[in-house]
Amino acid sequence: MAEFLMPSLGAGMESGVLTTWKVKPGDAVSRGDIVAEVETEKGIIEVEVFDDGVVSELLVDEGTKVPVGTPLAVIGGDGADAATDAGREADAGREAEPEPRTAAVADRPPAGRSSQVEARPAPGGRAHHDTPAARQLAREEGIDLRALTGTGLHGVVTRADVLRAIRTRQPAEREDRVSPYAPRRAEALGVELAAVEPGPAGAIHAAQVEAAAGRAPAEKPVAAKKTPASKTEPATKPKPADAQAAMRRAIAAAMTRSKQEIPHYYLAHTIDLGPATEWLTAENESRPVPERLIVGVLLLAAVAKAVREVPELNAHWTGEAAPPLDAVHLGVAISLRKGGLIAPAIHDADAKSPGELMSAFKDLVKRTRAGAIRGSELTSGTITVTSLGERGVETVYPIINPPQVAMVGFGKVVERPWVVDGELGVRPTITATLAADHRVSDGHRGGLFLAAVERLLQSPEDL
Amino acid sequence: MTNDEIRNVILECLEEIAPEVDASTLGGDDSLREELDIDSMDFLNYVTALHEKLGVSVPEADYPKVDSLDGAVAYVAERA
Repeated sequence: MAEFLMPSLGAGMESGVLTTWKVKPGDAVSRGDIVAEVETEKGIIEVEVFDDGVVSELLVDEGTKVPVGTPLAVIGGDGADAATDAGREADAGREAEPEPRTAAVADRPPAGRSSQVEARPAPGGRAHHDTPAARQLAREEGIDLRALTGTGLHGVVTRADVLRAIRTRQPAEREDRVSPYAPRRAEALGVELAAVEPGPAGAIHAAQVEAAAGRAPAEKPVAAKKTPASKTEPATKPKPADAQAAMRRAIAAAMTRSKQEIPHYYLAHTIDLGPATEWLTAENESRPVPERLIVGVLLLAAVAKAVREVPELNAHWTGEAAPPLDAVHLGVAISLRKGGLIAPAIHDADAKSPGELMSAFKDLVKRTRAGAIRGSELTSGTITVTSLGERGVETVYPIINPPQVAMVGFGKVVERPWVVDGELGVRPTITATLAADHRVSDGHRGGLFLAAVERLLQSPEDL
Repeated sequence: MTNDEIRNVILECLEEIAPEVDASTLGGDDSLREELDIDSMDFLNYVTALHEKLGVSVPEADYPKVDSLDGAVAYVAERA
């Protein structure tokens, strides 16, 4: 018998809401199967089971918030007995359960945490009628899922349904949305953003700012299909601020802990990216569009291979020490379009080719933004990379993501005067930074790591 | 395909990539990277969507030409 517990899905997570069960009593499960969805401050996460066996009992109802470490289900080690008992229970049907099981949980929370148990009204009988992606978007946009008609299989409400509801919201119900570029444009033109009249769909873009500044806005594209269709869906008042506030709290908790506990040291090194970008251009010419690579993937590949040479940077701090880990699970900081970030891991990144890394990275970004990452991806990272992209800054000084002991940062690619073989030329360069835990490694070893990243990027064909 | 039809398909591609932005308010020659705040991964997703939905393969050297709605419509119209 094994208990399946509410997992800790990141430093600072104290509790989570069990939103959906993916299994029922009697179901056989294997290690790695997704058995539930848990809502955390970082969104909805798919949670895997760590034991093989048969689900004999679900201890927590959907919609219940419980502390990390609370038993959520009992997994029978041996299929036989558990299956018989549980099978009956399953046959009886979950609706037929006499009363909510929340009380059972309150009886056995982890020591000292009982006050944190709080029950939310369970979504009565409509457990699987929407997808995680739909729920995430609905929450961010303040859409009431119960008001939507699902067009997915068996009437499931999909992300597309939520998108439709967002489009047909009355203008008054839309929050003022401001494009990322609009504030910069407003500043450049000396326009007060608050005084800018939103466009027909309720959003403020550069065009609206320019109009407010008295300049002719750029020609409008056809907007017919986006004109608010009025009346249709009664959307609730948007509350994206709640999800944003929760995300900020999660980041604050993890980063405060990191800065308070970890004696960071920082190194920076500027690297000639000429060979890597030349190789990439030639490589992409021969690749079909969907298989093209981006320069960020070469950086990930170089970090994953370099850390093998300085293994003390690839570790988890256990409270007293940080023994190097065998596998390199490369965390990648992914910024969410609504603000905030999540750093799930690409498993065994050191063994992947740039093409394989690209597929894994694409998939991870897509799932992260759609709210479909797995618990193991959130917790398994052994070292993390953050890259601020080509429109950011030259240098980033990362804060380590506990319990990891190092984090690597890349600024944007910048053309600089550069000396190669005694000749001065202009080269694309990038500044790599390392933030590392001084309890575990020293600057000398950290320097060797950044030197290895540089060396590997000079032979991109070998990555 | 008319230019308006091409433009609508492109707007759909952009909505997939930046769902919280109302792409219909984009100016014809606004930079998509700037206006939608999209990174190289998202831009590649956009180019991939152009390839899948409109059958046009944009080489990297031509990325600047499709970085605005008007530019992308003209680019696709010439080649589709």
